[in-house]
Amino acid sequence: MARIVLDGIAHSYLSEPRRPADWALKEINHTWEDGHAYALLGPSGCGKTTLLNLISGLLTPTKGRILFGEEDMTGLPPEARNIAQVFQFPVVYDTMSVFDNLAFPLRNRRVPEAEVKTRVAEMLDIIGLKDKARRKAAGLSADEKQKISLGRGLVRSDVAAILFDEPLTVIDPHLKWVLRSQLKHLHRRFGFTMIYVTHDQTEALTFADKVVVMYEGEVVQFGTPAELFERPRHTFVGYFIGSPGMNVLPAKVDGAEAMVGSHRIALEGSYGRPGNGAEIGVRPEFVRIAPAGEGVPVQIRGVEDVGRYRIVRTLLAGHELNAIAGEDEALPAEASALFDPGHVNVYVNSHLVEPEAR
Amino acid sequence: MDKPWNNKAWFLVLPVVVLVAFSAVIPLMTVVNYSVQDTFGQNVFFWAGTDWYEQTLASERFRDALVRNLVFSFLILAIEVPLGIAVALAMPRKGWGVSVCLVLMALPLLIPWNVVGTIWQVFGRIDIGLLGRVLADIGIDYNYTQEPIAAWATVIVMDVWHWTSLVVLLCYAGLVSIPDAYYQAARIDGASRWAVFRYIQLPKLKHVLLIAILLRFMDSFMIYTEPFVVTGGGPGNSTTFLSIDLVKMAIGQFDLGPAAAMSIVYFLIVLALSYVFYTVMTKTGADRPGGR
Repeated sequence: MARIVLDGIAHSYLSEPRRPADWALKEINHTWEDGHAYALLGPSGCGKTTLLNLISGLLTPTKGRILFGEEDMTGLPPEARNIAQVFQFPVVYDTMSVFDNLAFPLRNRRVPEAEVKTRVAEMLDIIGLKDKARRKAAGLSADEKQKISLGRGLVRSDVAAILFDEPLTVIDPHLKWVLRSQLKHLHRRFGFTMIYVTHDQTEALTFADKVVVMYEGEVVQFGTPAELFERPRHTFVGYFIGSPGMNVLPAKVDGAEAMVGSHRIALEGSYGRPGNGAEIGVRPEFVRIAPAGEGVPVQIRGVEDVGRYRIVRTLLAGHELNAIAGEDEALPAEASALFDPGHVNVYVNSHLVEPEAR
Repeated sequence: MDKPWNNKAWFLVLPVVVLVAFSAVIPLMTVVNYSVQDTFGQNVFFWAGTDWYEQTLASERFRDALVRNLVFSFLILAIEVPLGIAVALAMPRKGWGVSVCLVLMALPLLIPWNVVGTIWQVFGRIDIGLLGRVLADIGIDYNYTQEPIAAWATVIVMDVWHWTSLVVLLCYAGLVSIPDAYYQAARIDGASRWAVFRYIQLPKLKHVLLIAILLRFMDSFMIYTEPFVVTGGGPGNSTTFLSIDLVKMAIGQFDLGPAAAMSIVYFLIVLALSYVFYTVMTKTGADRPGGR
């Protein structure tokens, strides 16, 4: 087991990439520490799967190096790397029994048959398919097949990391929970590095110690779930994480003040004069609806009750602004919005800027 | 469990029933009619019962032709199926090569059967044929009008040339429908090229191979035009297959009764063998509940 270092890797599916848009994955420098659970979060087509395939060796990067510990793995094929990968759709070898499916990666690596037997038996136990060991894999249900795909990754003793490419997409919702907690349990027990690709934020946030958010071929933020929530480094992270996403309002920022339309919003710290392209971002959780006069005037356009709280949809100087209100909180007819200054972030060209002084 | 029955639905299948009756059932019944009677023309018939059937089944001529047919079908299947799979595996999956290959593969299938026969008849001639001359020049004793072995070789190579494409196209369609994830998973699992073929490609090809084998078996078992054009069933009777024999008997000798009985037996053999093929191939690997 070793940490995995991505040293300036970039990938293009074209033979001669010219424009920035030709790159499926723009240059990435990143280190996956040994034994951690990571989630790779991003919308479809942002390069998540490409990144995963580069790590496992299904693709060779156009630029850069991949190191496992100190060892350069860049040009090596997947079979020479100790990496397991589980795909979005379950892959089972139809004509083999469940047992043989699990034994397949071991037998290909010429593991002695006695060891194959004990390892597969142990794995059958873990994935709960012991009583179906002799059955043909073809007749199993989707989640059982996915468990086999999973088991084929876990059965190898030498894996440094297991890569999951949206492995629970085809699984029934109630089984998703079961499988996910099983995965967490296995991770704790075996301590392998885990990289889990998903576009489902709940999955990512509940699953991982650290989350990598990707957007258009770039890593836009790397951090703990709390960091992603409180200080999104990119407006996309703000939109993408949280429900509803962060409010992003175009603003004129001047020192410790932001002007949205003709309304003044206080900031914590001074930002100087960033000029054009400035926006402020504030999560609905940090916007409070108050009677008119207390804050910046807003127009309430709708209220959605989502159970534990309500989402208040308002307009502030023509821009949409969502706020969270409690179940029993009274909403004034003439409303205004109060912002928590500590949680108003400033973005220039979609990227977070830090205040010059607090 | 009380489902209402509505027999009016039968009217909906009536057009098909009528069509099939005129195109297949009625002609077949005429043949059955001939097979149990004897006639000397002028529309005079005598009841013959099962005489013609007994004669057919006892006839050495029939049995020889049947054996030739079985050997022929076996040989061409043994060549065309592996060859077809191999060619399909070797074909490119993307780029301009795909359409070039597909067109090349489709060409032999588009040529009328008697033209295929004529092509090979000329190709193999030792006086003017390219193949015949070349073989003769390099010292191989090849003369398909004189030697049974040469005649058989010609007929088989011709059929392989004509029909392997069909197997190739079916297999290629089966291969391109395998999702990439299977190949990727196999690489992660460290599978060898052979293991990929054995455990991914071959199982996924099972259904198209079933169709290919059935079609090729039925077609080759009923082959007539091409060998008739090339060898006329000769030399001697060495390439006289059931269909050629049948035509000789019915039209050459005008033995309508025996020919009709032979047709029925022939038809039942094709039907029975196809059924056996189909059952065996669908049953293998279908021993699991919930499987397709």
